[in-house]
Amino acid sequence: MKRLIKEFIKGVTKENPTFGLILGLCPTLAVSTSVINAVGMGLAATFVLICSNTMISALRRVIPDRIRLPAYIVVVATFVTICEMLMKAYAPALNLALGIFVPLIVVNCIILARAEAFASKNPILPSFFDGLGMGIGFTLALTIIALVRELLGTGRIAGLTLATHAEPITMMILSPGALLTLGVLIALSNMIKRALAGRKERP
Amino acid sequence: MDVSKVLAIAISMIFINNFILSKFLGLCPFLGVSKETKPAVSMGFAVIFVMTCSSIITWVLYRFVLLPFHIEYLRTITFILVIATFVQLIEMVIRKYSMPLYRALGIYLPLITTNCAVLGVTILNVDNFFVAGKAVEGSFFYSSFQAFFAGVGFLLALFLMSGIRERLQLLDIPEHTKGIPIAFVIASLMSLAFMGFMGFKF
Repeated sequence: MKRLIKEFIKGVTKENPTFGLILGLCPTLAVSTSVINAVGMGLAATFVLICSNTMISALRRVIPDRIRLPAYIVVVATFVTICEMLMKAYAPALNLALGIFVPLIVVNCIILARAEAFASKNPILPSFFDGLGMGIGFTLALTIIALVRELLGTGRIAGLTLATHAEPITMMILSPGALLTLGVLIALSNMIKRALAGRKERP
Repeated sequence: MDVSKVLAIAISMIFINNFILSKFLGLCPFLGVSKETKPAVSMGFAVIFVMTCSSIITWVLYRFVLLPFHIEYLRTITFILVIATFVQLIEMVIRKYSMPLYRALGIYLPLITTNCAVLGVTILNVDNFFVAGKAVEGSFFYSSFQAFFAGVGFLLALFLMSGIRERLQLLDIPEHTKGIPIAFVIASLMSLAFMGFMGFKF
C-alpha cells in the first residue's frame, strides 16, 4: 500500500510530467487558454494514461520485445478513440474547444514514456497508480498554467470576472503568452527545487 | 487546382499558422534538437519528407478505405500506424542504401513517429479538405501541399531557434533559467514576431 501511495505522489510532485520531466508540451501549451479547457484536457489524458498503463502492464508478458512500441501505440490509440467518442457524445462543446488535440493524445510523450518506462516492467496495481499520479500531475500543471494565462489574458477565471478595472493583456491567451508562462513557471520550479535541495544539505 | 490557393496555403503554413510557434505542434523535437544548427536542419528535412509522404498515404487511405466503409472513427489508429510503419520503412531503406544519410538522420527518424506535427498535419488535412464525408475539389493536391509547407515552416522555426540557442550558451543568465526555461522565453519572443504575419489576407 505504501508503495502504491509513493507511485501516486511522485507523479504529482517530483516527477511531475510538465515541470519535472518536461514531457507532453504541445497540448499543455495549446489548450491552457482557459481553466475549463485545461481541466478537460487533463482528465482526458488521465483517462487514457490509466487505461493504457493498466492494459500494457497486463499484457507485458505477451507483447514481444521487438514490436513493443507499435503494440503500445495501438493500445493507446484505441483508448484515445474511445475517449474521443465519449467526448463527442457527452461533452461536444469541450471536444470542439480542444479540437485536434484530442486525437493527438496518442502522440503525447507522457503516455508512451510511462508505458515504456513503468508499465512494461511493473505489475498492474502500481501501474494503475502511476498512471493516476501522472495524470493528476499533468492536470494540475495544466490548470496552473491556465490560471495564469486566463487571469492575465482575459481578467477572468473559469468565466468569473476578477479584474474589472484593469485592461487584460491579450497576448497572454495567444501563443507567445503560453510559451512565456511555461518558461517562467519551469524556471520557478527549478528555483524551488534548488532551494529545497540546498536546505537538505545544510543540517 | 488553383495556384493562388496553393500560395495562400504556403504563406499560411510557413508564417501565419507556423506549426511550432502558433499551433504548438512538434514542440518536443523543437526543444530537443535545436541546440545546434546542423542536426536541427537534418531533422527539419526529415520532417518535411515524412510529413509529405505520410499525408499522401493517409489521404489515399481515408478517401478509399475509411470513407467507403464508414469507419471514419478509426482514423486516429489508422493514421498513427501508417506513420509508425512508414518511418520504420524509411529507416530500413536508408540504412540499406545510404549509410552517410542514415548517420546524419539516424536517431531523429524514430523520434519523428511521436512528433505530433506529423499526425497533426494528417488530421488537419482530413478536417480541412473533406466536407461532409466528401473530398473537396483538388483535395489531394491541397493536402499534400499543406503538409509540405507545414514541414517547411517547421524547418524554418527549428533553424532560427538553433541559431539563437548556439549564441545563448555564451550568455551569463541566472542558473535556474538555463536550458529549457530560457529556450521557452526565446520561443515566446519569436512567436510574438511571427504574430506580425497574422493580418495577411488572401
